[in-house]
Amino acid sequence: METKNIMIVGVGGQGTLLTSRVLGSITTKAGYDVKLSEVHGMAQRGGSVVTFVRYGDKVNEPIVEEGQADVLIAFEKLEAMRYAHFLKEDGVIIVNDYEIAPMTVVTGNAEYPENIIETLKQKHKVVSINAMEEAKKLGNTKCFNVIILGVAAKSMDFTEQQWLDVIAETVPPKTVELNQKAFAIGFEG
Amino acid sequence: MKDTKIMLGNEAIARGAYEAGVKVSAAYPGTPSTEVSENIAKYDEIYAEWSPNEKVAMEVAIGASCAGVRAMAAMKHVGLNVAADPLYTCSYSGVNGGLVVVVADDPGIYSSQNEQDTRMVARAAMVPVIEPSDSEEARVFMKLAFEYSEKYDTPVILRTTTRLSHSQGVVTLEDRVCPVDKVYEHNFQKNVMMPGNAKLRHRFVEKRLRQMAEDACEMPLNTVSYDDTSIGIITSGIPYQYVKEALPNASVLKLGLVNPLPKKLIEEFASKVEKLYIVEELEPVIEEQIKSWGINAIGKEIFTVQGEYSANMLREAVLGEKTLLSTSFDVPARPPILCPGCPHRSVYSVLKKLKIHAAGDIGCYTLGAVAPLNVVETNVCMGASISTLHGMEMAKGPGYVRDWVAAIGDSTFLHTGVNSLMNMVYNKATGTVIILDNSTTGMTGHQEHAATGKTLKGETTYMIDIYSLCKSIGVEHVYEIDAFEIDELEKVIKRECAREAVSVIITKSPCALLKTFVPKGKCYAIPENCKKCGVCLVPGCPAITKNDDGTVIIDETMCNGCGLCMKRCKFDAIGFTPRAADE
Repeated sequence: METKNIMIVGVGGQGTLLTSRVLGSITTKAGYDVKLSEVHGMAQRGGSVVTFVRYGDKVNEPIVEEGQADVLIAFEKLEAMRYAHFLKEDGVIIVNDYEIAPMTVVTGNAEYPENIIETLKQKHKVVSINAMEEAKKLGNTKCFNVIILGVAAKSMDFTEQQWLDVIAETVPPKTVELNQKAFAIGFEG
Repeated sequence: MKDTKIMLGNEAIARGAYEAGVKVSAAYPGTPSTEVSENIAKYDEIYAEWSPNEKVAMEVAIGASCAGVRAMAAMKHVGLNVAADPLYTCSYSGVNGGLVVVVADDPGIYSSQNEQDTRMVARAAMVPVIEPSDSEEARVFMKLAFEYSEKYDTPVILRTTTRLSHSQGVVTLEDRVCPVDKVYEHNFQKNVMMPGNAKLRHRFVEKRLRQMAEDACEMPLNTVSYDDTSIGIITSGIPYQYVKEALPNASVLKLGLVNPLPKKLIEEFASKVEKLYIVEELEPVIEEQIKSWGINAIGKEIFTVQGEYSANMLREAVLGEKTLLSTSFDVPARPPILCPGCPHRSVYSVLKKLKIHAAGDIGCYTLGAVAPLNVVETNVCMGASISTLHGMEMAKGPGYVRDWVAAIGDSTFLHTGVNSLMNMVYNKATGTVIILDNSTTGMTGHQEHAATGKTLKGETTYMIDIYSLCKSIGVEHVYEIDAFEIDELEKVIKRECAREAVSVIITKSPCALLKTFVPKGKCYAIPENCKKCGVCLVPGCPAITKNDDGTVIIDETMCNGCGLCMKRCKFDAIGFTPRAADE
């Protein structure tokens, strides 16, 4: 199988590491060679963060480069825009329709772009979801990232049960049910 | 079939140490090395500790090796500077039990203050360096590092980089070997480095490196694969992966041992390929040595000494293939910032109001240097805030530092800041030091330290009291205050900055990211009371933003309920919902 390239982007603190752990686990269990690359340390403090996931028969470099991503999962829409050029021509963006203003915008030194999702749609295949609203309905906004993962999972090669099993093994025991429900909202929605 | 598991590079290094039979591990946290020790701590068979700094960690490991067990220390590249003193001399005295120093470099400067190359330090210290290129190799090479350490009577550096440390890959699990503890033997000439003995050991060190360089031609760490011989590549570590990706048909000499170099092997390889490239991130360490032997090679003429490499970069530099890229959108930057509810923001907002400058230090609070706070003016290395403030005073006189403070975290203060404070007391300084005590080592991901009351293994231990420590070294004026009591804090900072004597202000409030942190509630905006003055926005909390009409909105999913915005508001335009008891 040709190596599949996935990127998870967002704002430090949004839980990109948990999502990458689920992806790492499901691809490893399926017997693929897998490499993931994460960001720790200073950049995690509210900065732009990116995680790369690559799986296939044999994976060499752990990063996804510009023009190579099959799936771009964005937890925040400005971050989708920042990394859109990493997509392949037929790649897909899964974007959370949610805005977090960077400090450059808060201090008035830059403007948050308008109509991001429409702009992205002019160039790319885009699936958008307001995961924060959906998560509120579940009573816990923290699981918004698993809802997005559910949407993204539709562009990957694993069954819903495989995902639910891996989620059960990866998230804290008390939150398994919540996270599985969140995943189903994205996957079945 | 053997068990496999997907592991972070750092986790695989820890696994390798475990399988090698390591008994003692000491470290100070530092991105990207921290997870090595966090994972080692999970093995019951290994004694693992956070030491107050890297020098102490290195010496603990040296002691354990001397006593006869396999031991290690782990640190980031700049941590090796702190540990350089024991490293250089331990290179002379050698080991009893195997001794490995894991050092993590940070090409691309993701979370550091510089981009130094550990291989340069290792060459100066005449210490061998082993460099893996993925998680599985990290595990395997770690075990070989201990073997070579004992075989050649030398400490060995296992060098990793951010990309390897923080990438996950599939690892095969093997059993732990249990080497028999070696007997400690009194050996004056080997263990006591004083001039007469050190002269003899220096000879030994030179001989050891020559021998290792010769043996390296046969070591399994170094591998050669011949394919298309029109292009030959010498590489190591993570760049090897980029070579495999970009130039799958090239002939490759992959070095696992990057110091000393296998000269004969390299000469043979160079003679069989038409065009030889050296692909190494950061400094031309391999390249300069190879060129000094009269071998023609291409290196830093076409490859940068800065940042990380990539396959696209190699395709362009070696093959002249420009990857067709779609243009990126022009979007606002998103630099890192202090988190919502961070106590550092509260302290800095008071300094900003009082127009007081801060000599800064290493930690999350370095972010006080950027907009909108712009309070921190200098940042050098761990502990430097206090000593640079002292230097300013000695240069320009006590009057100069009346609108300055040193700002340092609790863990950083215990790392090396305490030495600098002793110096202020001893040399009659009058400056003010603020210790931003958030009860953890924050930036690196919340590690315990000597003043948290918990060890790396999670055991309860004596909690060093920073207040008493400052008092005991002779600081008469030491004050503890809640970081969010901004009115009181303002009074104390004003008073202490004016005082012509050394003062320490310990601002206390836990990091809002600590697992034990429970927000007291959440703030909300009351638009009808809002006068659109923007005072609440000055500290730069990411949870509060301005609406188009000039009023503000607070993102309830981000707010940690610190109440700083509410305390600053003069018009009751921000309310507070206390956390419900059942939440």
